[in-house]
Amino acid sequence: MSKAKKLLYSQKIAPYVFVLPYILSLLIFWLYPLVTGILMSFQNVTFGGKEWVGTAHYAKLLQDKFFGIAVSNSVEYMVLTLVLLIPIPMLLAVLMESRLTKAKGVWKLIMYIPALTSVVISGLLFRLMFSEGDNGQMNVILHMFGQPSFAWLKTKWTAWVGLLLLCMWRWTGVNMLYFVAGLKSIDNSVYESGEIDGANGWQKFRYITLPLLKPTTVYVVTISVFAGLSMFLESFMLWNGNSSPKNIGLTIVGYLYKRGIEKNDMGYACAVGVVLMIIALVINFIQLIATGTIKVGKKED
Amino acid sequence: MAKNTNTPRTMESARRVPSILATGLFVLVCLLIAFPLVAGFLASFRPGSEVVTKGMSLDFHSPLILDNYRILFAKFFPKGMPDDAIVGSKNYFMWYKNSLILTVTTVVLTLLVCYFIAYALSMYKFKLNGFLFFMVIATMSVPFEILMLPLYQEITTLGIINTNAGVILPGLCAAGTIFFFKQYMTSLPRELLDAGRVDGCTEYGIAIKIMMPITKPAFASQAILCAMGSWNNMLWPMLVFRDTKKFTLQIGLNTLLTPYGNNYDLLIAGSMFGIIPILIVYLIFNRYLVDGMTSGAVKG
Repeated sequence: MSKAKKLLYSQKIAPYVFVLPYILSLLIFWLYPLVTGILMSFQNVTFGGKEWVGTAHYAKLLQDKFFGIAVSNSVEYMVLTLVLLIPIPMLLAVLMESRLTKAKGVWKLIMYIPALTSVVISGLLFRLMFSEGDNGQMNVILHMFGQPSFAWLKTKWTAWVGLLLLCMWRWTGVNMLYFVAGLKSIDNSVYESGEIDGANGWQKFRYITLPLLKPTTVYVVTISVFAGLSMFLESFMLWNGNSSPKNIGLTIVGYLYKRGIEKNDMGYACAVGVVLMIIALVINFIQLIATGTIKVGKKED
Repeated sequence: MAKNTNTPRTMESARRVPSILATGLFVLVCLLIAFPLVAGFLASFRPGSEVVTKGMSLDFHSPLILDNYRILFAKFFPKGMPDDAIVGSKNYFMWYKNSLILTVTTVVLTLLVCYFIAYALSMYKFKLNGFLFFMVIATMSVPFEILMLPLYQEITTLGIINTNAGVILPGLCAAGTIFFFKQYMTSLPRELLDAGRVDGCTEYGIAIKIMMPITKPAFASQAILCAMGSWNNMLWPMLVFRDTKKFTLQIGLNTLLTPYGNNYDLLIAGSMFGIIPILIVYLIFNRYLVDGMTSGAVKG
């Protein structure tokens, strides 16, 4: 074997060869766009070239009424999905794993199915159920109470019922399965010793399940924060395109898409993206400190 | 809780009512979850324009018709079908084929890249080990949407806009998949590596011929997750593909949903038919999928 070949096959070099595709793809398709994205947020990007404008975009964002609507919609959506999609799936998972529920496999199998559908298809289904036409399921319910048909997707709170139900429909089963996996990792002997100490059902949940489920809860909260803040396609599908009446469905990513792709104002859109990233990182950082996952001032063990 | 003095039998009957309630709750939840899909499936047997303008009727008095599916499959049974139906059907199956090709390629490439980095991270001690693991976590905490616009410019410059490469390449570093592989491989005996070396296997031979076959279950679960993600992916492909001929199924279906559309029959039947491949994969590999998805949630 030649010296070079021998080196290539050595244990020292091999790991670098294995990670090479990852490193290349990381540099080219992650680090580079991340840095350019942040730089572009300080630039005016036109066909002619790039012009440094400092923090002008950010100053403009503070004044931008539509950006304000987008941020408040996204944050609102994130909070509401957290409220709906953490406790309910958790309780369903506890019930699912209890000895009470029969035919568990069937329910788990069915509850995951909505997550298989794309946003296009699930969005279409919910659009039709919340249709202003007479056959829309929500209007059929209204008709039962003698009310006339209603344009559900044109008023904010009724439209958001649809938006949140769509989100719950798709993710309740998935989050439940996360919690089921978390519950399975809890050793049964902990519950047995709890029973010996005379703990009732609620106490067992409060003092055993909840604390031991924390890693799972933190994980689900973290991904829900990101998913909630960067929601776009659900709204895109529900209102058929990126414009909803009075911007009731405008989200941060929706606004980024509008400025960057539809209006070709890349620099400004990148500033929107940077703000999104900062909001997401800050919220998750606070969450990780609040739950004790990251300990401030102490080294993690 | 029941007292210890109770016989198993009375405990059994004391649990019957709560058990019916608990199981009943899941029956109800599953009925609610099934409802939109059942309604959509029924709607696919009704005139598309009526469905889109008025909503999905559950009225069983109006007849179910096969017209939508005739239009959907017009390409294969063109006899007596109008030309625009055949064109629509051809487009639909072209998008379908594009999605299949894109999904298979994405799965193969992503899994290979992720397998090899996870393999290096869990089997070798080398200088970049800690740093690379940190990068895997870092990629998780940056939302894709911030990269979207610079990436869009970048792939335009690279000349891979409107190609599968433009969709696939930016998604190769799938942090969740790397985590899963790494977790799976740490539980494997590392003596296998030494055994392989003694037998004269090269480092690459060990990774491919010895370790890869043992990691098969991990490949299975990540392949399904990755395939589902790719089949349903929409935002990024929507930016990359400019040309109707390149569209994936999801983008194609979305274009049918215009306010002045005359393709609603195709849309509604095509949407239902678009769930089928994923549903089949899911029903066959359900167990692997749940394992692959939830592993990250347990260890945190």
